[in-house]
Amino acid sequence: MRAIKVLERILATIPIMLGVAIIVFIFMRLTPGDPVDIMMGDASVSPGEIENLRREFHLDKPLILNLQGGNPLDSQLFIYLGGVLRGDLGNSYIKRKPVAELIGEHLPATIELALGALLVGLVIAIPIGVISAVRQYSLVDRLSMAGAFLGISMPAFWLGIIMILLFSVRLRWLPVSGRIDYDAELVGVTGLYVLDSIITGNKAALVSSLRHLALPSITLGAALAAIVARVLRSSMLEVLRQDYITLARAKGQLEFLVVVKHALRNALIPMVTVVGIQVGVLLGGNMIVETVFAWPGLGRVVVEAIFNRDFPLVQGAVMVYAFTFVMANLIVDILYTYLNPKITL
Amino acid sequence: MQSEQTLSPLTRLWYPLTIRFRIMRRNLFNFLEEFLRHPTAVLGAVVIIAYVLAAVFAPYLTTQNPTRGDLNVRLFPPAWQEGGEPTFLLGTDAQGRDLLARIIYGARISLWVGVLTVGISVLIGAALGCITGYFRGWIDQVVSRFADLLLAFPFLIFAIGVMAFLGPGFVNLIAALTFKGWVEFFRLVRGEMLAEKTKEYVEAAKVMGLSSFAIIVREIIPNIFHSVLVLGTLRMGFMIIMEASLSFLGLGIQPPTPAWGSMVADGRNYLMTSWWVSTLPGIAIVILVLAINLFGEGLRDILDPRLKVE
Repeated sequence: MRAIKVLERILATIPIMLGVAIIVFIFMRLTPGDPVDIMMGDASVSPGEIENLRREFHLDKPLILNLQGGNPLDSQLFIYLGGVLRGDLGNSYIKRKPVAELIGEHLPATIELALGALLVGLVIAIPIGVISAVRQYSLVDRLSMAGAFLGISMPAFWLGIIMILLFSVRLRWLPVSGRIDYDAELVGVTGLYVLDSIITGNKAALVSSLRHLALPSITLGAALAAIVARVLRSSMLEVLRQDYITLARAKGQLEFLVVVKHALRNALIPMVTVVGIQVGVLLGGNMIVETVFAWPGLGRVVVEAIFNRDFPLVQGAVMVYAFTFVMANLIVDILYTYLNPKITL
Repeated sequence: MQSEQTLSPLTRLWYPLTIRFRIMRRNLFNFLEEFLRHPTAVLGAVVIIAYVLAAVFAPYLTTQNPTRGDLNVRLFPPAWQEGGEPTFLLGTDAQGRDLLARIIYGARISLWVGVLTVGISVLIGAALGCITGYFRGWIDQVVSRFADLLLAFPFLIFAIGVMAFLGPGFVNLIAALTFKGWVEFFRLVRGEMLAEKTKEYVEAAKVMGLSSFAIIVREIIPNIFHSVLVLGTLRMGFMIIMEASLSFLGLGIQPPTPAWGSMVADGRNYLMTSWWVSTLPGIAIVILVLAINLFGEGLRDILDPRLKVE
């Protein structure tokens, strides 16, 4: 029964993904200006070359449906959708490379940063949420909730700059930008530098990549920590009032075990949903934090592509972000059914 | 006791209104009484009012020009630091513009963005939510599916994508933020509508022969208005951060118009030598958003105690 529900939930994401692809495609084509002009810039070219370019990017085809006889699906939209299914996101106007390849090059950096932020967020939020609930209205609780409130009111780009000023400019503890020192000879395996350094046993590279990862992860993870801590605290408060907690205490169970084993496990369930929603914030915030710390990830590529009017690249990247977000929520929903058997999808 | 027939037509129109007015006045009075007992909400409100006043009376608060600078006075530190000048209380930026003047004028952009994006989002979202929630049918299917699609995009990514296609500028910025902003209000109002629709007072109104429009506008909306108000306030802070983020990336408000996000971006090149250029506009954002959130959470505690965070 549960397997069928999970399968249904997975199938339900297909129309969403398709819709996402269509929306992104339509937006791109609403842009004023001829793509060929953008590609050529100021260079002068012959009409024949322009014709070739149009053919290369399928710009000679009708937009949505081909109604001039022949195959009605022989249009820009369907060629594009067909490409997406095969993992082909078209070619960058400016870099003249496949968009999928460009995204593939920069995605590991973005994933590494997002994972770092997720880790920082949870490591800060879980103890704070639990302690604040157990010691409600204590000084610790009040201070952490005030901090969390500040955390949700602070723009990530500003926090990043404060971090740089404090830890890089003033204290000189951590580097300002980049992913790793130039002289660290790291052999790439997964593209996640921290993981690669561990796999290849390169201690210098591990230290260097962790030092570079620290500030961006904290900056991006701070908002997540603030939100998760607030949610966890209130769900812990609710759980701690339940009868079975009183029963566990009456049995003479150690208070630590009551809190961690009995209460926290149930209080984590609502948190899973929140983390799923926050993945979207994490992805968006990624762009900001990557810009602040010159982190060579997908976000910076997109911002640069926007200024270059390199629309296939923007389109591909926005789609990858949206797909990641949809997948994250799918995983969260499935996880949810296993954590809480009461929920049906 | 007078029967309904003996009342003059004017009284019949006017009398229910006076009752309604009296209830409203009593509710408002009760609300204010509770509000004043909520110190953080009051603090938030005071700060917001201060920002609004500063934005409105900006030309009277500073004599400095926020857009044109003097390169002879570039990167002056704040007045309390060594080398600072009392004329430039918070120092100057790389183009020799007074930072205080730019921060004060920058409040105009942030406040307008907050008010306009939330206002338009509420109008669109609430209208669609009322219609779909009350009538259901195909229109509900269409709008709800579209809303689901928009939810598949992370907010900032979507806004960045829209700005990429529309190009920068104030109007485009408002458009990009409301294009997705209405969904939250739509979902809230639609949900509340579905719940309210089954309640007895709506049944009673139907039996009395009120039109659907009258039921929605006169009966249901007054009952769900407070949750829209709470969500709207809390979203305002979020929208201000989104605008600042877009301007920070260079996709929002364009120079030389002072906007806090782009001011922070301007200062990034001078972090090593001139810390104030980036940090001070950021503090202006944090304080305003903090105040809005304090005010919003206070409103929620008073108007929507179901959602109260302990």
